Amino acid sequence: MKLRDTLQFSFKTVTSYPIRSFLIILAMALGVTAVVVLTALGDGARRYVIHQFSSIGTNLIIVLPGRAETAGSFPGAAMGQTPRDLTLEDARWIGQLPQVRRYAPLNVGSAELAGASRLREVTVLGGTANILPIRHMELAQGSFLAHGSQHSAQIVLGAKLAEEFFPDGNAVGQRIRLADRRFIVSGILASQGETMGYNSDEIVIIPINHAQALFDTTSLFRILIEVRNRSDILSVKEAVRQALIQRHDGEEDVTIITQDAVLATFDRILRALTLGVAGIAAISLAVAGILVMNVMLVAVSQRTSEIGLLKALGAPASDIRRLFLAEAAWLSLTGAIFGLILGYLGSLLIRLAYPQLPAWPPVWASLAGIMVALTTGIIAGLLPAARAARLDPVKALSGK
Amino acid sequence: MIQLSAITRAFHMGDQEIRALDHIDLEIVSGEYVSIMGPSGSGKSTLLNVIGLLDRPDSGRYQLDGKDVTDLTETEQARVRREKIGFVFQSFHLVPRLTAAENIELPLILTGIPPAERKTRVEQALAAFNLSERARHRPAELSGGQRQRVAIARATILRPTALLADEPTGNLDHRIGSEVMALLEDLHHTGTTLIVVTHDRELGLRAHRRIAMRDGHIVADEQ
Repeated sequence: MKLRDTLQFSFKTVTSYPIRSFLIILAMALGVTAVVVLTALGDGARRYVIHQFSSIGTNLIIVLPGRAETAGSFPGAAMGQTPRDLTLEDARWIGQLPQVRRYAPLNVGSAELAGASRLREVTVLGGTANILPIRHMELAQGSFLAHGSQHSAQIVLGAKLAEEFFPDGNAVGQRIRLADRRFIVSGILASQGETMGYNSDEIVIIPINHAQALFDTTSLFRILIEVRNRSDILSVKEAVRQALIQRHDGEEDVTIITQDAVLATFDRILRALTLGVAGIAAISLAVAGILVMNVMLVAVSQRTSEIGLLKALGAPASDIRRLFLAEAAWLSLTGAIFGLILGYLGSLLIRLAYPQLPAWPPVWASLAGIMVALTTGIIAGLLPAARAARLDPVKALSGK
Repeated sequence: MIQLSAITRAFHMGDQEIRALDHIDLEIVSGEYVSIMGPSGSGKSTLLNVIGLLDRPDSGRYQLDGKDVTDLTETEQARVRREKIGFVFQSFHLVPRLTAAENIELPLILTGIPPAERKTRVEQALAAFNLSERARHRPAELSGGQRQRVAIARATILRPTALLADEPTGNLDHRIGSEVMALLEDLHHTGTTLIVVTHDRELGLRAHRRIAMRDGHIVADEQ
C-alpha cells in the first residue's frame, strides 16, 4: 500500500467518525493551546520585565553606598563605624574616567510641596542635568535643570503634579515651595507612567546641592554612570571599583551593579519560568495522548472484522499497522493545528486585554507543541496499531 | 493448481483437541468448479481458509501453482493472497463507511495501483456487475444481492486464479442466491478456479466436482 493511499484512507476513516474524531481532536487542541498560551504569558512577562529595565536607560552602571553582601559582616561594623558615604566628590572623580559618557549623582527623599494653595507630600529626586538623558526621560514643557546650575533654585515637576498644582497649564515660571525652600518651576516631565515601581509622574526633581541641603546629608543615594560602549561596561565597572577603593582608604564599601547583569538574571529566571509552565502544559498533551490511545484501542475492537477483511484481501500486517498509526497521526496533527490557532487567538485576547504585556507565543513553543502532540499521538497509536496488525484474520473475520 | 498433502489443523477447546482437518490430501486443478459440503464443524470452512492462506496448517504441505507456500512469512502469504485468491463471504464483509465503488477499489489500493488506473478498473467492474448506478451508495443502502455483487466484484478485480466462496448465498433468499451463483459460475467459465463451501445440497450439486467432509476427513469426492 502506497504512503499516499495510506494517508488518504486513514483520513477518510477519521472523517467517517465525526463525533469521536472531534472529541479527540479537541482534547489534543486544548493541550496545544495550553502550551502556546502559557508560554506566551511567560515570555510576555519576560519581555515586559526586560523592557521595564531597559527603560531606565542603557549601558548603565549603578553605584550604591555600602556592601551588599549577605555573607560575612561589614569589617567596620564591629568597631561602630558606618560605611563611608558616597559623595559628590566621588561622583565627579568617576566622571573623569575616559569611557564614561556621563554620570548622574542621585539623592532621593520626600518633602512637602506647597503652592497655589495646595499641599502634598512628594518624592524628591536630587540630580543634575544628566539625569534626563541617562534615565531616558522626556520633558513636556519648559527646560530641565541647566548644566552647571547646581545652586539655582529650579524645580522640575512630574506631569501629574503639574496638573494638580497648576491645572491651567501655566506651571513654567511659577513659584512653588518645597519644605521651607522656594523654587521656580523650570519644566514639566512628559507623562511616562509607572516604571520600576515608582511613578515618574508624581516626582519633583531639584538640583543635587539643594536636595543635599534639604535632607541635610552629604551622602548620595546612587551614582548612575552611562558608558560610551556596551563592551566597556565590565572594564569601567572594575575601574570605578578600584577608584572608589582608593578614595575610601582601601576599603571596598560600595556596591556596583551593572544593568546587564540584572537584566541577564531576570532574563534567566523568567526563561526558566516559561519553560516550567510549558512543561506543566505539556502534561495535558500527555493526557491527550492517552485519550488517543484509548480511542484507537476502541477503534481496533470496533473494526475487527474490517481488519480481517483487509487481511483476506491481501494486506500485510505492516499495512494494517501503518493505517492505524496514520489515523492516530491525523487525529493528533489536526488537534495540534487547531490548538495552535486557538493558542494564537488566546494570546491575541491577552494582548488586547493587557496591552502592556507583550504576550506573543514564542516560535519554539509552537513548534515544540506540534512536535510533542504528533509524537505523543503516534506513540499512543503504536500499541493499538500493533494489536490490529497481530489479529488473526480468521477470528477477526468472524468478529471474535 | 492446488495441492494439499497430509494437512492437519487442530483447535483446542479446553483440554480437548478438535481436528478440523485431519491429514487431508487434496488436489484441485486450475479452472475446476468444486463444492465442499458437510455439516457444520466438519472442517469445510477451515479447509477453505487454509487454501486461502488465511489459516496455517499445523502440519502437512501446501503447494500453490507449483510453489510450496506452507512456510511463507506472513507478508509473503499476504502477497500471494492478494495476487491469486479472491474471497467471497456469507456476510459480504463490506466496509460500511465506504461506498460500493470504494469497496471494490480496496484490493487495487492495497496492491499500489495508481489512482487513474484504479478509477477505470473500478468503473469497468461496476459495469460488469451491473452496479454502475449504485457506485456512490454505501452498503447500508444496498440490497443483499447488490452487496454480494459488490463483494464479488471486489474479490475478482485483481483477476485471481482461485475464487473461494464461503456460503456465498447463506444470507440471501433463494432467487437472489441463484443469481449470485450464476454470476460466480460465469466467472468460472472465464477460467477461474471456483471453490464453494456450502451446506446447501442443491447448491453443492451444481458443481462439477463435489467433496463431502465429516469430522476433518474427506468422505466423498465425486466428479
